[in-house]
Amino acid sequence: MTAILEMRGISKSFPGVKALRNVNLAVEAGEIHAICGENGAGKSTLMKILSGVYPHGSYEGEIVYQGAERRFSSISDSEHLGIIIIHQELALVPLLSIAENIFLGNEPAKLGVIDWDVAFSRTRELLARVGLKESPRALITNLGVGKQQLVEIAKALAKKVQLLILDEPTASLNETDSDALLNLLLEFKSHGITSILISHKLNELAKVADQITVLRDGSTVETINCRTEKIDEGRIIKSMVGREMYERYPPREPHVGEKLFEIRDWRVEHPLHAGREVIKGIDLHVNAGEVVGIAGLMGSGRTELAMSVFGRAYGRNVRGQALMQGREIDVSSIQKAVASGLAYVTEDRKTLGLILNDDIRSNVTLANLPAIAWNGVLDDHREATVANQYRSKLNIRSSSILQRTLTLSGGNQQKVVLSKWLFANPQVLILDEPTRGIDVGAKYEIYTIINDLAASGKGVIVISSEMPELLGICDRLYVMNEGRLVGEMPAHEASQEKIMASIMRYEGAAQ
Amino acid sequence: MKHETIAAAAPSRTAGVGVWRTNLRDYGLLASLLVIMAFFELLTSGVLLAPVNITNLILQNSYIVIMALGMLLIIVGGNIDLSVGSIVGFVGAIAATLMVDYKMPWVPVVGLSLLLGALIGAAQGWFVAYARIPSFIVTLGGMLIFRGLTGNILLGQFVGPFPKEFQSISSGFIPDFLSPYASAFGDLALFGQNFRWTSMLIGVSGAALLLFTSARRWRREKEHTIETEPFPLFVGKNAIFAILIVGFSYLLSSYRGLPNVLITMGALILLYMFVTTRMTIGRRIYALGGNRLAAQLSGIRTERLIWATFVNMGLLAGLAGLIVAARLNSATPSAGNSFELDVIAACFIGGASASGGVGKVMGVVIGAFVMGVMNNGMSILGIGIYWQYVVKGLVLLAAVYVDISQKNQG
Ligand SMILES: Nc1ncnc2c1ncn2[C@@H]1O[C@H](COP(=O)(O)OP(=O)(O)OP(=O)(O)O)[C@@H](O)[C@H]1O
Ligand SMILES: [Mg+2]
Repeated sequence: MTAILEMRGISKSFPGVKALRNVNLAVEAGEIHAICGENGAGKSTLMKILSGVYPHGSYEGEIVYQGAERRFSSISDSEHLGIIIIHQELALVPLLSIAENIFLGNEPAKLGVIDWDVAFSRTRELLARVGLKESPRALITNLGVGKQQLVEIAKALAKKVQLLILDEPTASLNETDSDALLNLLLEFKSHGITSILISHKLNELAKVADQITVLRDGSTVETINCRTEKIDEGRIIKSMVGREMYERYPPREPHVGEKLFEIRDWRVEHPLHAGREVIKGIDLHVNAGEVVGIAGLMGSGRTELAMSVFGRAYGRNVRGQALMQGREIDVSSIQKAVASGLAYVTEDRKTLGLILNDDIRSNVTLANLPAIAWNGVLDDHREATVANQYRSKLNIRSSSILQRTLTLSGGNQQKVVLSKWLFANPQVLILDEPTRGIDVGAKYEIYTIINDLAASGKGVIVISSEMPELLGICDRLYVMNEGRLVGEMPAHEASQEKIMASIMRYEGAAQ
Repeated sequence: MKHETIAAAAPSRTAGVGVWRTNLRDYGLLASLLVIMAFFELLTSGVLLAPVNITNLILQNSYIVIMALGMLLIIVGGNIDLSVGSIVGFVGAIAATLMVDYKMPWVPVVGLSLLLGALIGAAQGWFVAYARIPSFIVTLGGMLIFRGLTGNILLGQFVGPFPKEFQSISSGFIPDFLSPYASAFGDLALFGQNFRWTSMLIGVSGAALLLFTSARRWRREKEHTIETEPFPLFVGKNAIFAILIVGFSYLLSSYRGLPNVLITMGALILLYMFVTTRMTIGRRIYALGGNRLAAQLSGIRTERLIWATFVNMGLLAGLAGLIVAARLNSATPSAGNSFELDVIAACFIGGASASGGVGKVMGVVIGAFVMGVMNNGMSILGIGIYWQYVVKGLVLLAAVYVDISQKNQG
């Protein structure tokens, strides 16, 4: 086997942080090479160097690609040689069509006039190759994340990709979509396309990777060859965190109390299409000290439900009753919802969770400024103390609480959003995909925090697309589909099969 | 510099590079102001820093600085206000009519004028915040409406003059209480017969207050092992500020003392520094401009906050209108013409970001003085008004260019 890519002795510093230290990476032609490591280990940074986001000169070390040393000064340099990166955060233009996105900056044109016939027919070919059944004219906003991911890949194919880099492509996909994507990579492999895959979902890596390079604190720990060595998740985790991790979920002894929060006959209409019900009459409750999960497929309306309950942040014509400790509460605005003891941790940290330009400190305290202020005057001493507390409690990797959240790694951004709502000290915490993009160790820490919250008598509602996670941390599960609850079961009786069965039963009945 | 390991696994810290970087812009701005001042001081062979001229410089710029404080909050919140120049003219015209034609005493006129400014801000703010019309459009409308109304009220006339007390809002000086006692401290002839000791004392106290608050802040940050400015830098910066304040007070005291508007302006600067850095409402405005959706989901009433920034802007524009009228001792149809441009330019030179969420009071004040010194220096040199526009435009572009290219490096 020949190496298509060798990165040698790569080091990279940001103001205040040494992100990479003498990292080596060798990728063989035609393989799927996985990279894993904890949040902030430097995975994305390494890939940004490879793809020219950080140009030559801003890092140390050398890149040898297809037999020659390369010095990329921009992304277009690396794209020219067939290196295409799909970033952790998708970069599609929401109001343009699939075809327009695929050929953005790369339009088939004569003298600046776009040849739409060519563009559309090539788009159709590409969509067929990635297995996406959508019209090339469909707008990106109307596609789910899974499909958007496929559009990104089609876009890469359009650029004649030879080395495809995917930074956590499956983080926001459900299992079916993830499997489809991984199969696609395997198919590309059979056509000779090399891929680099970053993921925190270790079972996926064990499934498709030929080699796995593990990073820790900006250094290479090892490269595991999966062809010669039998690999399982435990093996990877050990290499990632430097020790054995026997349990993926902290032990949980529930002390479930009285009914704490409840919604009755909750109905919500689509924000743009009046009269189209998105949430169609939901009754659900959470008890004090209980962790309740909501399972469901992508698009089943879980986020919409949560956001509409949280001060009508979603939808129009929201109807239904919300009760806290048996008394009806007013959740008609976010302020009122927060004041009644609700909190919602968004799944979309960049657009809905963080003030990216601000530091960790002011993001953490934003939802509860009165707690660090007297008569509207901030107590900066107290604020710094609070921020430092959460920084160490959730192990947020950063140079200090003054680091801007824009420059944090994805997982650490997630921890900042979580800190913000923990500090708001709600009675009922709704967590929407709380461990998306978070490494195994940090997941365990977050589960522990959820346990502690429940132990202190709060109610926790967890929305997650990872069923094992729901089964591992919840006391009771709801199953949601197409805006309705289609199942409810105690966690100890639940299983992935049972959850899927309730969804199927409903769909069967609907037809 | 300290090398600290936070957790065993945390990435190691390199010495305060980040701090230098992040503060570079502040120092750069201050340095440019000093350079521009030195430049004109040389070219005008000492006229620029003569006590009379400094007094003039402050009188001419106070209303720009005052409005820039309000504009900063608007811009940080992600909006813009093009109507402030017209509000200056309109409020001045109403105040003049009330005092001259209706013989209303000046105190209630001041109150009514400020209220009028705030009401105009409230009306425009309603369209921006609640009706969700882009602020550019709303205030472009306001700019035309209030310029037109001003003309209709004044019908091409100058309305004035005003009572002495009203004029002293702008052209008065701090009365001197201390001089009679000063000689008790020995022979002070060195300072001259008419040295204004009260003014000097206020200046020195101001400098001391500045040193005290920044020392407190620095110590606090150190306590929390936040990366602070390197000590020499911190000392150097504050020393320069203190020397500047004391130096200018000295110059002013040797002429007629501190102008009343300077006190108004200074107090407002301190107030807005406090509001932006230490108060929850300030913090919320920055969050709103940084990411409106995230701020909303954090329980911040974004509409009300945007509205409030406009009310505040209207109030300050009203105050500026009074100051301008008092200074000219009449209301004129063209008062406040194109002030919005100087005010907005001051904000962007001072480092505010057009996309919101970024900007500091100190930066904006320095930005306003950069514009002011250039206006003043070029006028002394007899450079035509049109060339002045060209130069100011280039400086604005250069300042923002440097700013942005610095950011992109990071
Ligand atoms: N522009 C920047 N300025 C300062 N620090 C940065 C910047 N970009 C990244 N970092 C820091 O570099 C380190 C590595 O970040 P990187 O994004 O590569 O991590 P990652 O391995 O991709 O983590 P995750 O799994 O959470 O996505 C982090 O500590 C991060 O805070
Ligand atoms: Mg990453």
